[in-house]
Amino acid sequence: MTIMNLLISALSQGMIYVPMALGVFIAFRVLNMPDLTIDGSFVVGMCVCAVVTIAGHPGLALLCGALAGALAGLCTGILQTKLRINPILSGILTMTGLYTINFMVLGGQSNLYLQKTALNSAGVETQVACDTLYKSFRAFLVDVTGNKRLDANLSAVLLTGIIVIAVLAVLAVFFYTRPGMAIRATGDNEEMVRSSSINADRARVTGIMLSNALVALSGALLRQQQRYDELNFGSGMLVVGLASVIIGQVFFGKRSVTLGLISAMFGSLIYRVILQFAYKIDMPSYAVKLLSAVIVVIALTLPLIRRLIRDRRAEKEETA
Amino acid sequence: MSELILTGLKKTFEKGTPNAKLALDDLSLKAAPGDFITVLGSNGAGKSTLFNAILGKFRLDRGKIILGGTDITRQKDYQRALNIGCLFQDPMRGTAPHMTIEENLALAYTRKASRSFFAVNRRDSAYFRELLSSLKLGLEDRMGTQMGLLSGGQRQAAALLMATIAEPRLLLLDEHTAALDPGTAEKVLALTRQLVEKKHLTCLMITHNMQAALQMGNRTIVMDRGKIALDISGEARQKLSVADLLQRFHAMSGHDLDDDRILLSQSKQG
Repeated sequence: MTIMNLLISALSQGMIYVPMALGVFIAFRVLNMPDLTIDGSFVVGMCVCAVVTIAGHPGLALLCGALAGALAGLCTGILQTKLRINPILSGILTMTGLYTINFMVLGGQSNLYLQKTALNSAGVETQVACDTLYKSFRAFLVDVTGNKRLDANLSAVLLTGIIVIAVLAVLAVFFYTRPGMAIRATGDNEEMVRSSSINADRARVTGIMLSNALVALSGALLRQQQRYDELNFGSGMLVVGLASVIIGQVFFGKRSVTLGLISAMFGSLIYRVILQFAYKIDMPSYAVKLLSAVIVVIALTLPLIRRLIRDRRAEKEETA
Repeated sequence: MSELILTGLKKTFEKGTPNAKLALDDLSLKAAPGDFITVLGSNGAGKSTLFNAILGKFRLDRGKIILGGTDITRQKDYQRALNIGCLFQDPMRGTAPHMTIEENLALAYTRKASRSFFAVNRRDSAYFRELLSSLKLGLEDRMGTQMGLLSGGQRQAAALLMATIAEPRLLLLDEHTAALDPGTAEKVLALTRQLVEKKHLTCLMITHNMQAALQMGNRTIVMDRGKIALDISGEARQKLSVADLLQRFHAMSGHDLDDDRILLSQSKQG
């Protein structure tokens, strides 16, 4: 595999996880709240998308997946604000409950292939692959360019890229509208939001719903691209998202919310490139989660280490 | 400019436990429109509890709160905030540190601003700039600066603007200058006086500074054990000195004054 192919493959994965990174950014950086629902809402996005795709509506499937994520967020939000349950526990409760929901969405099984029964030319019933957005988009590109050997990864990157950029643009605008600003302020100083006569609970719940809808959208996109699902797929998603957000911050700093969103996007892409190279040097795929956890730990301790070094140096200068 | 009527406010915290504390004891108060009332009292007298009751931070056991003719007793805290501005001792409480000065003002203004797609827009910005320049702190040229980068005094001045930006019916100030250095405190107090006068606000101000309590506003109440122990206004108040006030305070409360801060301000001024 050439470097170019490697990069395209990394990007096609990375793009899919961008909405999730944006969702994690909204939960952790904007709302300033660790939300563990994310692990569950990723899978709910996958499962709902699978069912609707098989029913023959691949476009609607993405939307439904995202909406299902928003509902999961609504649940966590209500637990947190109306029932006053600790935020971390609220997320864990929803995530745990979602496992059953996801199982039920898949019709009481833990895997569902994106295929449907159809009659072949001989009039015999066979299983054929369902249409997905990726398949249709590639067919469309092949039609337009006339290139029959178009790389599936490349067309996938393009499609996901278009969706991701659109989502990012809408979010960037949203956070400067009044409801968007209320969400940012709620994460910054909730008391001030209340004393400005804004329903902070509502702002918080909206933020959590938005965050989980984005995470579920990632799940839905992944589901259409990779065509299989796995109920445990979501575990550790939160850490992956957090790693992306933190990597992005290393490159872009943390200034405005727009820059934060853009940096989360690039963080997600860079993270996948790192993973691809790790695979290239024969890292086994089960090592991914440990790698993500280590990246997050290192990134989070960097400021502390930097301060220690600075103090040490200052001390040396004083004694010298 | 609105009338505030408190009738028979009663609140016991941790009722039915050994820690039960009667914080508000059948407290009634009628503030005429435009009244500027300074509130004194030792620690635990119920001053902040009174404010929190008006702000709706907890449910009262009994009593009624009427502001500008509307019964707000059952309203949620954020609903009441539509017509109540408040400011606390800690400048951090009133502002969002990671948002810009302009965004903070826009958020506070959301209550009364006319509809707009973006929270920060040209029309409101011009108004905010004008307000900020009235502070004479040079903040009008730093509207894009994050609130958290300002000094405590600057933040408190900005928070004061935010508390009054939406023309509230009532302004509550809870020792809002206590955490500032004397010079800055003086400036913020002057600004307070100016804003309250200009907008004819009905205002309650908690303070531990007896001098300020007598100089500012038109009426002074002293709270003790969840009640109003002393309520003076008009000529009687004008004639009153800090020493007189302390004496009456002792006589009224009938128990030892164990508040260091009041004693301290007494020794400083007396």
